Amino acid sequence: MSGEALLELRGVSVSFDGFRAINDLSLSLRQGEMRAIVGPNGAGKTTMMDIITGKTRPDTGVVRFAGHDLTKRDEAAIARLGIGRKFQKPTVFEALSVRDNLLLSLKGLRSPFALLFARETAEEAGRIDALLETTRLAPHARVQAGGLSHGQKQWLEIGMLLGQEPQLLLVDEPVAGMTDAETMATADLLRDINRTRSIVVVEHDMEFVRALGVGVTVLHEGSVLAEGALEAVSADPRVIDVYLGR
Amino acid sequence: MSERRRRVALLVLLGVVLAGAPAPSRAQTSDRTTSDAASPVDPFAGLTSPHFEAIAAAVGRLGAEGAPQAQAVLRALSAHHLFVAEDGGLYVREGESWTDARTGAPVASAPAGARMVRENNRVRGALAQAMAGQALLGGDAAARRDAAVRLADHPDPAMLPVVERALATPHEAGLDVPLQRARAAMLLSPGAPTTGEQAQSAAVRVLRDAGGLDARAVLARFAADEAAPAEARKAARRAIVTIDRRIRLWNLGQQVFYGLSLGSVLLLAAMGLAITFGVMGIINMAHGELVMLGAYTTYLTQKTLTAVAPGLAAFSLPLAVPVAFLVCGAAGMLIERGLIRFLYGRPLETLLATWGLSLVLQQAVRSLFGPTNVAVATPGWLAGSFQLGGLTITLDRFAIMLFAGAVMGAVLLVLRRTALGLQMRAVTQNRRMAALMGIRTARVDALTFGLGSGVAGLAGVAVSQIDNVSPNLGQGYIIDSFLVVVFGGVGNLWGTLAAAMTLGVGGKALEPLVGAVSGKILLLLLVILFIQRHPRGMFPLRGRGVES
Amino acid sequence: MTGGFAFRGVVRTAAAVLAIAALLALGSLLPQSTPLSVSPFVVTLAGKYLAYAMLALAVDLVWGFVGILTLGHAAFFALGGYAMGMYLVREIGARGVYGNPDLPDFMVFLSWKALPWYWWGSDHFVVAAVLVLAVPGALAALFGWLAFRSRVGGVYLSIITQALTYALMLAFFQNGLGFGGNNGLTDFKDVLGFDLHRPGTRAALLMISALVLAGAMLATRALVGGRFGRLLIAVRDAESRTRFLGYRPDQVKLLVWVVSALIAAVGGALYVLQVGIINPGEFAPANSIESVIWVAVGGRGTLSGAVIGAVLVNLGKTLFTAWLPELWLYGLGALFIATTLFLPQGLMGLGRHLVRRRAEVTPEITRPAGDAA
Repeated sequence: MSGEALLELRGVSVSFDGFRAINDLSLSLRQGEMRAIVGPNGAGKTTMMDIITGKTRPDTGVVRFAGHDLTKRDEAAIARLGIGRKFQKPTVFEALSVRDNLLLSLKGLRSPFALLFARETAEEAGRIDALLETTRLAPHARVQAGGLSHGQKQWLEIGMLLGQEPQLLLVDEPVAGMTDAETMATADLLRDINRTRSIVVVEHDMEFVRALGVGVTVLHEGSVLAEGALEAVSADPRVIDVYLGR
Repeated sequence: MSERRRRVALLVLLGVVLAGAPAPSRAQTSDRTTSDAASPVDPFAGLTSPHFEAIAAAVGRLGAEGAPQAQAVLRALSAHHLFVAEDGGLYVREGESWTDARTGAPVASAPAGARMVRENNRVRGALAQAMAGQALLGGDAAARRDAAVRLADHPDPAMLPVVERALATPHEAGLDVPLQRARAAMLLSPGAPTTGEQAQSAAVRVLRDAGGLDARAVLARFAADEAAPAEARKAARRAIVTIDRRIRLWNLGQQVFYGLSLGSVLLLAAMGLAITFGVMGIINMAHGELVMLGAYTTYLTQKTLTAVAPGLAAFSLPLAVPVAFLVCGAAGMLIERGLIRFLYGRPLETLLATWGLSLVLQQAVRSLFGPTNVAVATPGWLAGSFQLGGLTITLDRFAIMLFAGAVMGAVLLVLRRTALGLQMRAVTQNRRMAALMGIRTARVDALTFGLGSGVAGLAGVAVSQIDNVSPNLGQGYIIDSFLVVVFGGVGNLWGTLAAAMTLGVGGKALEPLVGAVSGKILLLLLVILFIQRHPRGMFPLRGRGVES
Repeated sequence: MTGGFAFRGVVRTAAAVLAIAALLALGSLLPQSTPLSVSPFVVTLAGKYLAYAMLALAVDLVWGFVGILTLGHAAFFALGGYAMGMYLVREIGARGVYGNPDLPDFMVFLSWKALPWYWWGSDHFVVAAVLVLAVPGALAALFGWLAFRSRVGGVYLSIITQALTYALMLAFFQNGLGFGGNNGLTDFKDVLGFDLHRPGTRAALLMISALVLAGAMLATRALVGGRFGRLLIAVRDAESRTRFLGYRPDQVKLLVWVVSALIAAVGGALYVLQVGIINPGEFAPANSIESVIWVAVGGRGTLSGAVIGAVLVNLGKTLFTAWLPELWLYGLGALFIATTLFLPQGLMGLGRHLVRRRAEVTPEITRPAGDAA
């Protein structure tokens, strides 16, 4: 599989009430690659994520992941194929403890009937402990997730993503609202995760993108404006035009 | 000779014999219309008889053949002013003065032993026919028209000469059609003179084009008459098929009218919700009770106006419109400020709290006005109906349709064209931004809710005209109203209109097929299924921000 | 409470239900003169309250734990009641007013000649028991499958559940449906050969109701207390997140919805056995909404609160309507308003609050995020 496209979007378009949110978008991601997606507000970043994760169905175009057609599947099926998504606004189950949040995320049981009689196994407990370590939330394991700080919630959500053991992570603005130190730690964490998984990061924060040191795709008005290394892309006059405005 | 012909002949004979006037020629030629008008018989003789049959026969002859003073006598008879004296003289009493009915000459003193000429249903029927005949020849335009229509609907070949005479004399254009109809119907009725196949076929065509149940009855009887020419009977049968098809179409149209009228009521009831629920997202389960308050406001307005200015009582309904709007609008603002604003962002709690409020309002009205219906009168100018082709349009339902349209137009105007409407939309779309721009969001909330509640009050005014005004009135509308709003697509007034009309017409369309209640059940289930398939209604708003 | 896993209270409440029911049942068997004697009227009332408590438990299961505010659960309750009522009507046999051994009185009155096909087998208790579960269960499964698959939620779902029970009410009012129309099913004589009017039968029915209710409480506690229960909370508070984790919230909701409908249906069957009548009024949307307020008063998402709320509110209704019937609707209305405004977590929340005050523990609480509307 290596070297071959893990995720591929070809000629994807979608419009809402006549407004073209995504316009003939094509994008391809290799197995094991990490890619940063940047673009001004309204460029179609979140809608693109919605299409990949099955929340929005494209009007036209091809969306394939590891040989599967994603346009015919719903969110749950796509998640089970191995795509994890982190939302811009951290979304965790606030009424549950940090540990229970991670327990629910663990790859495996998904049928409600199976869950009715399921008990937590030692193997699962071990996986949760490992995730707590990775996300530095071990001291808060029994705390209700609603009581965590903003940064901790972001990390918990990343932990839940890892619990799913996806092949591909879609991460929407992971460092929004984080301190500089947290931002750098998050960059480290993502690079660490990238050793075993592919990642798509949507981010505004150029410092963070620079810290990741990965290829960049610039979206504008629903299609790809430029693609390449950060230095090359930021020198592109079209990109400067879009970002600095006319 | 048909059964009826024989009866008529017998009747005439009886009348003549009883009147003591020998008229053998008349009795033998069973066909009265061919008898010569110059008969020496006293045309009024039958009226002096104590027997209703004789009186009726005499009346019929007066109508068909006329006589000097005939009109005055017929009028006197219908007004119970006609008397017969011991000597067989007929007199008309006007107050205390008497005139001889046969001559119209005044008499000095009251005639001896005068008794009133009595009437029964048969006499009254003959009287109406006869007066129509007289009116046709002597009345004003409207009376002539009414008379022609009556003669066409109750065709009696005896009246044929009158109609022929009316047709022969110059008459206004509008009178021609009913006269032709009357003539055709008479020609095809039993007892008509034999006119030949061609004339009968022409008459069939006239009736076919006229249509209606009366024409159909004449044609059916004619088609069943084996003595009639075969070709003309066949034409009559074809004409019946044509008429039936037309009647079915008009009936369908009538059903659609009923449906639209029901839809208008639904629209009125749902429009307030379309604002409070559709625009603001507030689940107001007390909405039905606001409609109920509107109806009770109408009742009180009417009662007050009748007490204060009885002459203006007929205008209590137009007066109730602004009053109900203000009363319910104020009540709505009170509800919003006192209850709902504490529950913003918690729709399900709002639902429960407003349900509680609806119970309180119901009980309050029950305590104040009693648990039974109060009577809201329908003003005279809303009673009755008019014909539109084959449609019967009842005025009250028609008025409600117009009213619903007007209210909808007004609401659209307020939402689209006023500063309040602009602020409303701004607040509902982005409350914080609106507040930052200096819009007093709390005030806008209260006013918006007040507007929706005021519109509910307007619905109450309309509902008071067609439904029982009782404390439970609101309960009957709340589920339907919510379904209409959701079915049409939340936040879309045109969707609400389409949904209300769909449900109204759909309900009326199902009614003849499965019955009223089953139709309603079926419709409810269909809407439930529809909402389950299309949760955002018929006209959904799409887009990224819509979800959740 | 943290989304509701500490359900020690459920066991205590279930035990209390059993104890009180046992006291009343035993008391009703004592001679009238003894001081602890209980009138049969009170036993019937208590039985009715417990049947309503089943309905409240069912509502709490879907509202408290999955965030579905149902306004139509009385439909399942009434359907269960009708299924049991059919059996009880057939048990009357030839002892009816018309003395027809095969047809219920109302069918004789409508001059029907034979039982409709859907009454087949209704003279067997086992068939009735199966119908009590099967009919409401099937309806709930169909309705839930359609609704949850299309992601109808929040108030929309509330509105169509209300429309559903309204439609059923209109249908059952019709004589032609074959369930006694306006009057419903009543005049029952006995069940499984036991005379329904004998104090012993009534006491036994009360005890059975208490046992069934306690069993249902423990079963729901097991359902919401385990790993599945955590998923329920997750679905309630952040449904779309569970989808992106690979769960199918529609299946989760459907499962709970059907279980809840079954609990309500059993409640309805117990109701008919003890109250002795079931009529279309039980489908009235107002009944469903009232059952929601029982849960709200007791405390949503606590199970115990639903039972306590149902009993207390209905006790209040009994007393009010006896003493001050005019004021009952004011009282009920005020209860709705006051509970939502001032007591969002119900009596259970109030109780916990007081307990915590006394223990001077800073509550580390985030309320479950309102309603997943």
